[in-house]
Amino acid sequence: MGSALGSESLDGWGCNMAKDRPTLTSTFCGIECMNPFWLASAPPTNCGEQIMRAFDAGWGGAVWKTIGEPITNVSSRYSSIDWEGRRMMGFNNIELISDRPIEVNLQEIAEVKRRYPKHVVIASLMVESKRESWHDIVQRAEDAGADGLELNFGCPHGMSERGMGSAVGQVPEYCEKITGWVKEKARTPVIVKLTPNISDIRVPARAAKRGGADALSAINTINSITGIDLDTFQPSPNVDGKSSHGGYCGPAVKPIALNMVQQIQADATSMLPLSGIGGIGNWRDAAEFILLGCSTVQVCTAAMHYGYRIVEDMQDGLLNWMAEKGFATIEDFRGLSLPNVREWKQLNLNYQIVARIHADLCIGCQLCYTACWDGAHQCIHLDRTSPAPDTTLTPGMVEAESARRISTTPIPKLDAGTSGRTNAITPLERIPRVDEHHCVGCNLCSLVCPVENCITMERIDKDLPFESWEERVAKGLITSGTGEVMSTNT
Amino acid sequence: MSERVPFPEQVVATPEVVKRFGDLHPPFDRQAAVPEANRCLYCFDAPCTIACPTHIDVPSFIKKIASGNLSGSARTILDANILGASCSRACPVEVLCEGACVMHRYNKQPIQIARLQRFAMDALYESGAPLPFAPGPETGLSVALIGAGPASLACAAELRRRGIRADLYDARPLPGGLNTYGIAEYKLPLVESLREIEMLSQLGVEFHFETKVDAAGLAELEGTHDAVFLGIGLGAIHQLGVAGEELAGVTNALDLIAGYKSGALTTVPKRVVVVGAGNTAIDAAIASVRLGASEVHILYRRGQEQMSAFAFEYEHAKHEGVKFLWHVQPTGIRGDGIVKGLELTRVAATEDGSIVPEKDSAFVLEADLIVLSIGQSTHADFLSGSPSSGPSSTFGKIQLERGRIVIDRATGQTSQPKFFAGGDCTNGGREVVDAVADGKRAGIGIAGWLGVQHGKG
Ligand SMILES: Cc1cc2nc3c(=O)[nH]c(=O)nc-3n(C[C@H](O)[C@H](O)[C@H](O)COP(=O)(O)OP(=O)(O)OC[C@H]3O[C@@H](n4cnc5c(N)ncnc54)[C@H](O)[C@@H]3O)c2cc1C
Ligand SMILES: Cc1cc2nc3c(=O)[nH]c(=O)nc-3n(C[C@H](O)[C@H](O)[C@H](O)COP(=O)(O)O)c2cc1C
Ligand code: SF4
Ligand code: SF4
Ligand code: SF4
Repeated sequence: MGSALGSESLDGWGCNMAKDRPTLTSTFCGIECMNPFWLASAPPTNCGEQIMRAFDAGWGGAVWKTIGEPITNVSSRYSSIDWEGRRMMGFNNIELISDRPIEVNLQEIAEVKRRYPKHVVIASLMVESKRESWHDIVQRAEDAGADGLELNFGCPHGMSERGMGSAVGQVPEYCEKITGWVKEKARTPVIVKLTPNISDIRVPARAAKRGGADALSAINTINSITGIDLDTFQPSPNVDGKSSHGGYCGPAVKPIALNMVQQIQADATSMLPLSGIGGIGNWRDAAEFILLGCSTVQVCTAAMHYGYRIVEDMQDGLLNWMAEKGFATIEDFRGLSLPNVREWKQLNLNYQIVARIHADLCIGCQLCYTACWDGAHQCIHLDRTSPAPDTTLTPGMVEAESARRISTTPIPKLDAGTSGRTNAITPLERIPRVDEHHCVGCNLCSLVCPVENCITMERIDKDLPFESWEERVAKGLITSGTGEVMSTNT
Repeated sequence: MSERVPFPEQVVATPEVVKRFGDLHPPFDRQAAVPEANRCLYCFDAPCTIACPTHIDVPSFIKKIASGNLSGSARTILDANILGASCSRACPVEVLCEGACVMHRYNKQPIQIARLQRFAMDALYESGAPLPFAPGPETGLSVALIGAGPASLACAAELRRRGIRADLYDARPLPGGLNTYGIAEYKLPLVESLREIEMLSQLGVEFHFETKVDAAGLAELEGTHDAVFLGIGLGAIHQLGVAGEELAGVTNALDLIAGYKSGALTTVPKRVVVVGAGNTAIDAAIASVRLGASEVHILYRRGQEQMSAFAFEYEHAKHEGVKFLWHVQPTGIRGDGIVKGLELTRVAATEDGSIVPEKDSAFVLEADLIVLSIGQSTHADFLSGSPSSGPSSTFGKIQLERGRIVIDRATGQTSQPKFFAGGDCTNGGREVVDAVADGKRAGIGIAGWLGVQHGKG
């Protein structure tokens, strides 16, 4: 595999492109980054040899597999959720921190930094909750040449039973106190990695900030039991017939991570430079985290699934998208979506959309029909061939009608005109129709429709002004705060 | 039921035939079946189900494959189509379920419904589980079924599930009709047809083989049973009506196909000419190639556009090396005790559709074997002739139309209420799945007519 694919290696695209080519370089809590793509503290960052190969593949930084007193791991350690034939849509582990001696890890950090001085190496740390222990490990990691420190307050299994990891992250006072100890000693930036296994991520984030953290990273893994074998009744992963709750990550956790990222970034008392983590597998995911305010992103599961090489498209895709949108740097779009996340009470109640089916694209699967009848508001109908709109036909009646139909194999000799029959055009009777007067604009049909852009949601509230729940309450239009939200568009 | 050797064990496969007639559509393994099953959209009121004459709930059985509920998947299939395994291999799915799949309009790759169906059915056989239905509580009623082809078998299954006795009479030594003796071996091996019927017979079906039922026999059965189902299929292949047809080396497609499938015939001579261009002709021509012929021609008096074979069958034949001669008509067969060649004249179609010979266009096509495949005749005439039996008989007045038994499509009832019919003898010769659908409707129709309203077993 070739060398790091930095933005400069794309110059061959022609001078215009090259001149306008955006850059992925940025600064994160004072650390210069050649690109925002870091490997998260996990098996892909176990040792120096791995990290150097990762840097060769194009990763801009790596958070070392958490360093602390070496532990003993169990086997097996991982399990996953497959979804409709796709592997590892969710990934789970009961692995602990590094099982290698602290000294070996630190020597290798020094070696990597010597050979890759421009790449970012962060030492992830976890030691017992004593001031001296933290002072000692901070000193040694920085002496080894780490560019920054990440405090692992997130590991949800094993380590937490020993009073470390999420046992710290879940108690704001501990979080604040240990961050404070570290800051007493640290010369490099201190990043606190948060656990999602709490009810409000802002509480530990605020504690870390009070403790003096320079930055945050989120999220670590989510407590999980991924599944149970239906023959042996054994939950996975199986360790000699038993299992333990593990940490969940991978594509399945991205929405949860995005929400937590937004909560931190929208809260002045939590807000710090943020490294986004959780289900990131490609440049699109990365762009979304950055749009919600992250400066770097960290990746674990995707690299474990497909290898370090995935970073090539992460860089290439993000650069192409930035060029298309006219963004020159990461800072140009970082946080752009934050103002668009509001509290529910601030949303426009007068905004009205309805579903529109584009008959020319419809393939006639009728998933929208069954979804609206069973899961929404019974306003999609199969009446395009009826003389007049017919909203009385129920799904049961439709199916009964089909069951009565006598179908035969079309035989050219017996059935004139069947040989040229085409399946390229959707028969009109199979194309559903939306009753726009009753559509509440929930989106469901457009979400289930397998054909891109076949159902679009169209705005119909022509001249109504913006009005939110908050405003309605303020105007006294709603007497009690718990009153039902009524649509004005009746 | 009396002790009998299971049907599949009554036949011995011929190694040459097994070798040369390998699966046209190989089975899926689990690794292939599950992603394919997951690709199905699970359409509402699914077009594939509507297109299937037996209305198999395709999305349901496919989702059950995806969820790993294979026994449930097979049950869903069999509930609608008791010959679900045969149909998964024999059906012309391009014009049925797969032809109707919405995926044609999505990414042009219809779900491989037939292969998934076979996967579920194979899994049922491999599991060794019994047929997932039990006969209904005995009602004391009984029905005689003439013919033991797909139509009668499907009818019998519905009757048994409702506790009605089913007596099947067939002229042949084994059940299944053309499902056993007629379908190309690379689609449905004879032994597989028998395996399915063996499973079906767990419902307690009574077979009476090598019993050709004539008018007198039918009158007798009418007297001893509460209703009669006619599933007699079609008759022999038409004759050409030219000189030399009696020569050795002149045969017909049904005999050729039944011959190689039952092991009576394992090779054919070098040059084979098949007359006719329907699906049966294609099957006979491809079989000839596989049985060792070096040159196989299909002759047709009209053009390719008028050919009654399905387009995909035509492509398959060309792919196997079969050559087509269009617009030619046989005028005589040459030979000397044994066939040497076929006399042909070029013909042209006129405006009104009739065919006229072209002047001075006669020629001879050398051949060692001539296979006639110009359509099956009907053989239901004995049902409409004057009653030759006792006074209680009514069947003498069963209404026919162009040799086909006229039925009410929804119930299978003929013009004589006690007589029901279905399959090729009513529909002019379609497919196995049409016969199954006819038989199923008739079984339900008979039960309804007999006033039996038991739930399904
Ligand atoms: C060569 C060939 C290939 C075919 N290939 C396919 C295919 O690939 N896929 C597909 O789906 N369909 C195919 N078909 C069509 C399919 O086989 C028939 O549509 C189907 O078998 C019809 O079933 P049936 O029960 O109506 O009649 P049959 O299968 O013809 O069964 C009728 C039975 O009745 C018996 N019988 C008739 N008269 C009497 C009597 N008087 N007394 C006692 N028994 C009697 C016969 O012996 C026979 O066993 C093919 C047909 C042919 C000829
Ligand atoms: C096997 C495994 C081991 C991990 N070990 C650590 C660890 O030692 N320290 C840590 O801070 N996070 C650890 N994590 C969490 C990851 O760094 C990361 O936060 C999480 O996997 C979410 O990112 P992803 O969705 O890209 O995998 C581990 C994750 C996995 C899958
Ligand atoms: S948007 Fe919701 S309510 Fe409107 S048609 Fe679609 S599913 Fe029905
Ligand atoms: S879900 Fe989409 S493709 Fe399917 S019927 Fe509805 S509009 Fe058509
Ligand atoms: S039409 Fe195709 S996609 Fe739809 S249910 Fe049938 S097989 Fe599945």
